[in-house]
Amino acid sequence: MKNENVHSKEHLLYLKGVRRKSALVNVARISVLAVLLLFWELSASLEWVNPFITSSPSRIAKTIYSLYADGSLFYHVGTTLWETLAGFFIAVAVGYSVALLLWWSESFRRIAEPYLVVLNALPKIALGPLIIIWFGTGSKAIVFMTVLIGLIVAILNMLNGFMATDENKILLLKSMGASKWQILSKLVIPSSLPDFISMLKINVGMAWIGSIMGEYIVSKAGIGYLIVYGGQVFKLDLVMSAVFILCVLAAVMYALVALLEKIVIKNQK
Amino acid sequence: MKEVLRFENVSMHYHSKQGETIAVEKLNLTVNEGEFVAIIGPSGCGKTTLLSLAAGLLTPTLGKVITDGCSFGYMLQKDELFPWRTIEKNIFLPLEIKGTNTIKERETALRLAEKYGLKQFLKNYPSSLSGGMRQRAALIRTLAVNPDVLLLDEPFSALDYQTRLSVCDDVYKIIRSEKKTALLITHDISEAISVADKIYVLSARPARVVACHDMDFAETEPLKRRENKAFSGWFEILWKELNA
Repeated sequence: MKNENVHSKEHLLYLKGVRRKSALVNVARISVLAVLLLFWELSASLEWVNPFITSSPSRIAKTIYSLYADGSLFYHVGTTLWETLAGFFIAVAVGYSVALLLWWSESFRRIAEPYLVVLNALPKIALGPLIIIWFGTGSKAIVFMTVLIGLIVAILNMLNGFMATDENKILLLKSMGASKWQILSKLVIPSSLPDFISMLKINVGMAWIGSIMGEYIVSKAGIGYLIVYGGQVFKLDLVMSAVFILCVLAAVMYALVALLEKIVIKNQK
Repeated sequence: MKEVLRFENVSMHYHSKQGETIAVEKLNLTVNEGEFVAIIGPSGCGKTTLLSLAAGLLTPTLGKVITDGCSFGYMLQKDELFPWRTIEKNIFLPLEIKGTNTIKERETALRLAEKYGLKQFLKNYPSSLSGGMRQRAALIRTLAVNPDVLLLDEPFSALDYQTRLSVCDDVYKIIRSEKKTALLITHDISEAISVADKIYVLSARPARVVACHDMDFAETEPLKRRENKAFSGWFEILWKELNA
């Protein structure tokens, strides 16, 4: 560590090897994608398969461009993105608060346990018709569906994190005369930060499931709507394009959480 | 000498659905001001319960724990430094808890850290320190609020043998030079002999006092004591009492 600029020949060779390996992995990753796309494109244009059913990369590009040209691309993306983010943040915030409450009171925790278990096991989509009747056919219903899907997972994950707090550290704080509130703020919340990040990661996935599923059940706009509509009128180019956009959006959101993780968790061991 | 801590016929019962466990039974002991007292006992005999009783974290089922208004500092087996706080912030932790996080108090704590060689590590995170340094930081954290009595719960048992001897020496010197009263709990006989003025031997659960010895070494430093001829004599006596 001391002389960072002075390395032995062997070490330089080792570093070179490491760099080469990671470069190779990157090249391989891109090649796999390129080969797949090429094969897909070729088999569609040479009509080995029916491009009407399988679509093709070029047809997807054209479809996305035409969505962009008639101005509906951002409208649909924006609708779904708004629903997903709203559902995500509400589920995370409410889930975190409920988990705190459950951590605070043992009797509350014991009372809530069977309800949480049942709600966790229940397929939320079963509530679809109810949600439509309660919240109408707009975005509100979809946001509610998204919250419902993420909430229980958020509560359970966070509660696990809170409960895993090191008993000895709690004892240490108690010996200093700490109140329960101080134990919470000085120890439980900071030590559960990694659990919070992993809860966020899980909930990114949950939020997309919620919003797309919500749009399947009831919607007039959004990426899920495009997929359902495309399927109904047999415009598979549209379905594929929507799925592609979804992939990109989900990846970006996940990358943002991963970035947050890098910034926040520098010193947790 | 002034008494700072006294157990009077203290019994401690734990209740669970499986039944009642008696961890401590009719136990008497005293700790005088400035003394280094060690308690040894077979593992699982309720030693940690004793410290929790002394610190007031538990209330005895029967009997009395008299503390004469002393303040206590607790040091555990592992250093329990918070990994997301720098050493400096770790040392300030008890000040924050007590709500006395003033500039004056912080300076006192920092002077201690400086005096005992932690100055260069203050801005570091615990993960970058050696086991010995971490335990020293934990001691400074305990001393930061200037407690009258230090309660040491096997504070060296998580360290490897080499480090253990030197950290024990280290901690002993710091406690002596700060003129603190200390109550050490351990299952390591030689550790107890090397540091204590007075040793209590406990029985297996339920814990009772089997014997109490005053150590009569001319030397005070733990490593020197280990070389003394009387050391092995004491070891044999205590060994027999522990396994009686």
